[in-house]
Amino acid sequence: MFWNREMETMGGDDLEALQLSRLKWTVRQVQNVEFYRRTFQEAGVAPRDIRTLDDIEKLPFTTKKDLREGYPFGFFAVPKREVVRIHTTSGTTGKPTVVGYTRRDLDTWSELIARNLTMVGLTEDDVFQNILGYGLFTGGLGFHYGAERIGMTVIPSSTGNTKRQIEMIEDFGVTAINSTPGYGLHLAEVAEEMGASLDTLKIATFGAEPWSENMRKELETRLGIDAYDSYGMSEMYGPGVAFECPEKDGLHIWHDCYLAEIIDPETGERLPDGETGELVITPLVKEAMPLIRYRTGDITRFLTDDCPCGRGKKIARLSGRADDMLVIRGINVFPSQIEHTLLSLPEVGDQYMVYVDRINHIDEMTIEVEINRNYFSGELAELQRLQKKVAGAIRETLNLRTTVTFVEPGTLPRFEGKTKRVVDRRGAIW
Amino acid sequence: MTEKYIIKQISIFSENKPGRLAAIAHALEEAGINILAFSIAEANGFGVVRALVNKPDAAYETLTKLGFMVSFTDVIAVAMRDEPGGLFDIASILGDAGINIEYSYAYSGKEGAVLILRVDRVEEGITKVLDAGGKLLGAEQFR
Repeated sequence: MFWNREMETMGGDDLEALQLSRLKWTVRQVQNVEFYRRTFQEAGVAPRDIRTLDDIEKLPFTTKKDLREGYPFGFFAVPKREVVRIHTTSGTTGKPTVVGYTRRDLDTWSELIARNLTMVGLTEDDVFQNILGYGLFTGGLGFHYGAERIGMTVIPSSTGNTKRQIEMIEDFGVTAINSTPGYGLHLAEVAEEMGASLDTLKIATFGAEPWSENMRKELETRLGIDAYDSYGMSEMYGPGVAFECPEKDGLHIWHDCYLAEIIDPETGERLPDGETGELVITPLVKEAMPLIRYRTGDITRFLTDDCPCGRGKKIARLSGRADDMLVIRGINVFPSQIEHTLLSLPEVGDQYMVYVDRINHIDEMTIEVEINRNYFSGELAELQRLQKKVAGAIRETLNLRTTVTFVEPGTLPRFEGKTKRVVDRRGAIW
Repeated sequence: MTEKYIIKQISIFSENKPGRLAAIAHALEEAGINILAFSIAEANGFGVVRALVNKPDAAYETLTKLGFMVSFTDVIAVAMRDEPGGLFDIASILGDAGINIEYSYAYSGKEGAVLILRVDRVEEGITKVLDAGGKLLGAEQFR
């Protein structure tokens, strides 16, 4: 099923012509942003130098760090009165990355979500329970408006209260859910405990954190559904940038809206189709916050085979990160955020180790820190109070519940040069 | 007056993993320090080892040099009747006086059972126990 067959299946010269004209528009649009006027000048390029799609290689990259330094509105290319919505992502130093949308941006975003959900077989006859956080996180509202665009009956259930979520699925005859894959498994477990069979469910879309083919099998069997992978990021509107079709073999990225490249993350050189590297995206129709060659940090490759569904070139399911960003229960975490928080607490040292596990299908993060000797009173109760304080401060920064444990001073590894403070033990799921 | 009954307990931070207590005990043995009583309080992943030793200052120095995190805590040691009601005697004296016992551990002293108590108001605790006819051990008895 197609939502917009013409755009979804466009290829060859037609697509290239459309991409080129939109790229030229984007390159002009970013001239409203001081950062781009400066970096274009430094790179010795001007908008008129973009005559072919390959000319994009002349343009400088944009990184997440650049966006952070533009806080709050440094990357907006339109006057603020044209910005009708703001979302944010967590930042590494307490400051989030702010993303803005014009009315047309929201319209485009909803269109892309509508394409994705139609592609996996959902129609206006479906009842869609959206179990992603509503608010500044793009997951909740992004899917919400896309599902409404199709005309589905949308239940904005947001996250939490698993039993209530299950009751709603049963009482409202929900046919499709959208959540993180970890939460999907949690839902399956609780449903089994409750003896709820979730008979009406048939489709689920999962995103915001990596998940394996084994996990897909488990989700599909236990929930009695077809499970599809969803990919996106706030900088590109949010979810909906790329999505699986019923083939469940790679994700279709919407080439009319996103110009995708795969580069070697070390050298920045563009890699040929089929080779694995970092995904770099230039959005082609973003108005409020156009970006040039945004380095997503996500590792993937272009799949070279044509898809039987007739849509364009796919990317492989995401397999890792080019930087040290962690995705914990769908939330982006940079280890430097933890460091920054610890520095503000005199009672603990600034050395730390982070361990990530998947316990009962939910990501759990444990942070080991050293106590400052001067603050050790000998009382266990005081240590426990301190433990709560540190966990509370980290929760405030990361918006994430973590376990904090104390180790003896001087026992954490000291790193010179490249640090290895994060031990991700979730690898077994692959 | 109450001072001689204040006993210096050493409190040592320890991760909850195999070999930590052995490391502490070995260090004290090497320094010729005798452990008279001790207990372990455990939280999530770590704990505090509490010990009464015959040479608290030397123990502090030895352990700190080895990198352990150590501090002193004032406790009192009450001689306890080693028969039914022995614990009640002491607990009720303090309870009636509104003094809270934060933690305690017992050990069998040379001349009968001894209860080590960490209370919220140490000096008042000492006075109340003595006033009620209880017997406290002095710091010199742990040397």
